[in-house]
Amino acid sequence: MTPAIHARGLVKTFGTTRALDGVDLTVATGEVHGFLGPNGAGKSTTIRVLLGLLRRDGGEVTLLGGDPWRDAVALHRRLAYVPGDVHLWPNLSGGEAIDLLGDLRGGIDRRRRDALIERFALDPTKRCRTYSKGNRQKVALVAAFASDVEMYVLDEPTSGLDPLMEAVFQDVVAEATADGSTVLLSSHILAEAERLCDRVSIIRDGRIVESGTLADLRHLTRTNVHVTTRDPLGTLAGLPGVHDLVAADPTDASFEVDTDHLGAVLRHLTDRDVVTLTCTPPTLEELFLRHYGDAPDDGGRDAEARPATAAGATGAGGAADAGGAA
Amino acid sequence: MSALTGTGRLLRLAVRRDRIVVPCWLAAVAGLGAGTVGGVASLYATAEERATAAAFTAASVPSRAFSGPASGTEPGAIALVEAFLVLAILVALMSIQAVVRHTRRDEEAGRAELLGSAVVGRQARLAAALLLAAGASLGAGVAFALVLLAGGLATTGSVAAGAALAGVGLVFAAVAAVTAQVFASGRAATAGAAAVLGVAFRLRAVGDAGGEVAASGVELTSAWPSWLSPLGWGQQVRAFHQDRWAVLALFPALTLLLAALAAWLGTRRDVGAGLVPDRPGPAVAGRLLRRHAGLAWRLHRSTLVGWSVGMAVVAAAFGAIGDEAGEFAAATEELQRALGQLADGGAMTELFLAFTMSFLAVAAAGFTVQTLLRMRIEEADGRLEPLLAAAVARTGWLGGHLAIAAVGTVVLLGATGSAGAVAFGAVTGDWSTAGGVLRAALVQIPAVLALGGVVVLAFGVAPRQASAIGWAALAASLVVGQLGALFELPQAVLNLSPFTHVPAVPAEAFRWEPTVWLLGAALVQTAVGAVAFRRRDLAIAA
Repeated sequence: MTPAIHARGLVKTFGTTRALDGVDLTVATGEVHGFLGPNGAGKSTTIRVLLGLLRRDGGEVTLLGGDPWRDAVALHRRLAYVPGDVHLWPNLSGGEAIDLLGDLRGGIDRRRRDALIERFALDPTKRCRTYSKGNRQKVALVAAFASDVEMYVLDEPTSGLDPLMEAVFQDVVAEATADGSTVLLSSHILAEAERLCDRVSIIRDGRIVESGTLADLRHLTRTNVHVTTRDPLGTLAGLPGVHDLVAADPTDASFEVDTDHLGAVLRHLTDRDVVTLTCTPPTLEELFLRHYGDAPDDGGRDAEARPATAAGATGAGGAADAGGAA
Repeated sequence: MSALTGTGRLLRLAVRRDRIVVPCWLAAVAGLGAGTVGGVASLYATAEERATAAAFTAASVPSRAFSGPASGTEPGAIALVEAFLVLAILVALMSIQAVVRHTRRDEEAGRAELLGSAVVGRQARLAAALLLAAGASLGAGVAFALVLLAGGLATTGSVAAGAALAGVGLVFAAVAAVTAQVFASGRAATAGAAAVLGVAFRLRAVGDAGGEVAASGVELTSAWPSWLSPLGWGQQVRAFHQDRWAVLALFPALTLLLAALAAWLGTRRDVGAGLVPDRPGPAVAGRLLRRHAGLAWRLHRSTLVGWSVGMAVVAAAFGAIGDEAGEFAAATEELQRALGQLADGGAMTELFLAFTMSFLAVAAAGFTVQTLLRMRIEEADGRLEPLLAAAVARTGWLGGHLAIAAVGTVVLLGATGSAGAVAFGAVTGDWSTAGGVLRAALVQIPAVLALGGVVVLAFGVAPRQASAIGWAALAASLVVGQLGALFELPQAVLNLSPFTHVPAVPAEAFRWEPTVWLLGAALVQTAVGAVAFRRRDLAIAA
């Protein structure tokens, strides 16, 4: 079966900037594919090339078996797109914008449209100019998921949605994939991809740096832990899988744990009479900082200039190899 | 912390943001002022000619309504009758746009919220916007006064005229400050203030039309409605004639009153909200809106209606004075010579009508340019992206907008010509010449479309510069058409404007040749622009 998206060595330049520097991306039919990367890494540019809005300067790409530039209109009947920053016509109502976008895509399922408006708690009679960012996002999401299409291209679709609506969004995506649709979901939040995606590709500076199932990428995911206890914590630093320990006093510590060792570390903590415990997944930025030795947005020089954390990061930065070996 | 904390810093920000646009406005005011003053000086060189002109403007009701009250035979006074109203409207529009840009538009874009969270007083944004507009108005007044002085006119009158111009700008800045509080969108705030400007124009038109001619025959005493209009106050200063300085005090008085009203209204509402709430819209789209061409129509329809009504009113005014103006021109040697350049041996009235329609066609091209550039705005603001990501072909989307622009241009010039023809026919009873007025408007269509072709070409080839290129092409056509003959520009330069090539119907016969060439130019440019648009990247501003 041909993959839904197959790109090889995609290049796109804007003047002297090389926005895409040989992107390889394969999305199988029927999967939810996470497309991760920090801001400015080339996610939106890749998506716009896939939609035939930008013309590629090099490489090959097929989308649903066609050429995204040449066959744009025919392909767009079979997909729905939600931009990262939704701009609407200020004097149209939300309902009008949904119908317009849906009909231009080749038709809209009215029952599903009304049900989605209900689920996303959107008022379709308000003028688009009065909508907040989250509500504009909802308009685009309703228009997309009310269309009966094979593929959804979603560029950071949850930016601006509250957690309740994010949960609705995840349900809607799950329903769409249950019907066999393919989803390309770009995000800069690793946790969102973990909940939804079968496979992920990570883009950085216009190149794909990691691609695989989440299990393949497990080495990338560490959990941030902050704990306070009644009894002294003892020698956390000696435990396997603990990194970047900062101990403010004997009963208060922040550190990172490799996912594989999280159970052992928690057993160690529960014996110390825990008062508070927060575990947060790392952001993609933290991950890059640790994994590649620099923050992607500001390059190596800034990372060196950064005092304590940078030192820790560069120390663990040998981790580029260590991570690869894990 | 006072309500005005941070005003100075915000004013510097506003100056930085407007460092291009305000000087452009001032240059336009100065340029147009210089052109008119120079023109009047050369047209009415002798005292007899000035007396004839003043007597005409005092006696002709349409001229009173559309130019203002005659104020004697001084060269400066005659120049002001020709120039003041147009310049005052320009300065008022400059002020309105500046104030709305720095108040309501900032709120729409969310910038106001960011500023409001900083150490900025509640009234600081409004105060900064008003100060900027006041500075710009003052600049326009100084520029106009300098232009008048450079034209060799009296110092006192020049200063009074400049002050009157600045005063109009000041008042309309405050009007916009009020409408920016009332309406929730920048568009509505601008439209509201422009509507007030329209009312001000009509009040003084009624007052001047209903005025009384003084015993001298070269001076008009306006009726009371003129005194209700800030535009009227500017003319009642009677610069170069009586130089009534006391009238100038009305401007700051009304400005302060309106500014205080705006400040008070501002405290009665939330950031981002207006006093007039948005009406809820339909929950589902109508049949028309389900196609992209329907969306295009929705985007353009109010523009077309507004332009058609405005142009029809102006054309009717010109049509109504057509016959009188023709007789007047026949009595003025310089004017006769200037109009005679359009076509050899035409009757003066017909030449005047041909000249008028050519001028109105350049104005109507403003609609065409604005409509076509809407495509660029849709693209730059990111609203084209989701359409093209749906099953909409680029050529189809482009075609929808082009069709509306082209048909709209025909409708607009049709309305312009019809209104002019009906007014001319009703005044003179000469319906065969009236038919010529309509034909004079329709014959301009190919030239307007050729200018539209430049915009489409620019949109396809150089989208980021399209707006600048489009408006520059229109401005160049206006300058060549209005001032070309006056400054005796070489024919090669005149030929660059499509309007130069249009036959001077009804003074001369219609010819196919230039019509076909102009339509061909429109088609070729449009085709090249369309092909380039199909092949290029979407240029989204980000």
